[in-house]
Amino acid sequence: MTVKYALLGLLSEQPKYGHQLRQEFEEKTGDVWPLNVGQVYTTLQRLERDGLVESDRADSEGPQKRFRITAAGEQELTEWLMTPIDLTVPPRDELVIKVLVALDVPGVEVQSVLQIHRRYVVELMQQWTRLKDDEGQHDFRLALVVDAELFRLDSVIRWLDAVDGRLKREASEPRAASTEIPILRRRLAVRK
Amino acid sequence: MSLLELRQISKTYGTGPNEVHAVADIDLEVDRGSLIAVMGPSGSGKSTLLTIAGSLEEPTSGEVFIDGESLQEMSHNGKARLRRRTVGYVFQEFNLLAGLTAVENVSLPLELDGVSAKKSRLAGMAGLEQLNLADRATRYPDELSGGERQRVAIARAVIGGRHLLLADEPSGALDQANGEAVMRMLLSACKTGVAAVVVTHDAQLASWADRVVFLRDGRIVDQTVPPPSAESLLQTGPQS
Repeated sequence: MTVKYALLGLLSEQPKYGHQLRQEFEEKTGDVWPLNVGQVYTTLQRLERDGLVESDRADSEGPQKRFRITAAGEQELTEWLMTPIDLTVPPRDELVIKVLVALDVPGVEVQSVLQIHRRYVVELMQQWTRLKDDEGQHDFRLALVVDAELFRLDSVIRWLDAVDGRLKREASEPRAASTEIPILRRRLAVRK
Repeated sequence: MSLLELRQISKTYGTGPNEVHAVADIDLEVDRGSLIAVMGPSGSGKSTLLTIAGSLEEPTSGEVFIDGESLQEMSHNGKARLRRRTVGYVFQEFNLLAGLTAVENVSLPLELDGVSAKKSRLAGMAGLEQLNLADRATRYPDELSGGERQRVAIARAVIGGRHLLLADEPSGALDQANGEAVMRMLLSACKTGVAAVVVTHDAQLASWADRVVFLRDGRIVDQTVPPPSAESLLQTGPQS
């Protein structure tokens, strides 16, 4: 899905060949998103079918073909850039589910589940930071990609810390059990 | 030999029912050239660990070795000398003296140690130059940005060849770019043979360290193992 727009973006500069598009895509995303050549050509075929790009030699195949963006393609690209991505539905996060499950499993210490993940995520972050330190100083785009990954992983750590804090508070001052459904849920008629 | 070694360090405040164990049974070794991050929630004992390592506070039990020398066996004056010549501190609040210029702040530890004013100033200027702050040398702290103030504090912490750097939330109030610059500076100090310990609750900062130690309720509960090469990330990459 995103590949389609990335290719349109590359073509908005000037007409390009398929193999060139693949190479530029990888370079401009800091080489962290490998893309196979088949994926590029299937996407280009679909874009051409939808009138978003056109090729200058309809009779030739594969690497000889040069593609250019159409007016419709440019419009589609601009709309995509200016439309917020859909973040309304929380992703089905396996870690969240894991912690929720762990709360009910006898003999499992939730703290250990949290710490195993905390350490794993920090170790991953160390690798990304090293990459930023080694390569990111010379490659601006790679630094952006690495930052995105570090912020994402950092938010996981913050969530783990927040769970930890809540568990501590819950243990020291357990709340009174309530059977009443909270107001907002009642109003939205969300079933528990 | 480790530059800093904490052996079974515990610190207790208060007595009887009011007794609080700030840290307990801490074992930690830090080699020259390495950067260690200590991560933990507030109240986990991070700052206590750091002040004990820097001899600003006495442990209730256990031993601290710096350069192989036991602090417990050192005289009061000996410890003061060690703090001046070996240990550099960086705090969240920078702790620069408001009435002194940047270069005066940086050279102060040398002057206190009896080095002549002229020599101290030269060393101070050299330190500022290394951190690209030479043009700020005669400015007062309130004329500097937060990032600049923290760089001055780091220059002061490593002046005179001090080789144990202890930092408490060194980029606390700084934005991401300045926080990153601070960590790069600490790392490059380590490359010259300095050993550094940074305590922080911020995983992004901690991820600059060679090793991350996790503190919880005053105890070390876990630590990272040396990460594999970053090249593995380029092969797999994030999911598109």
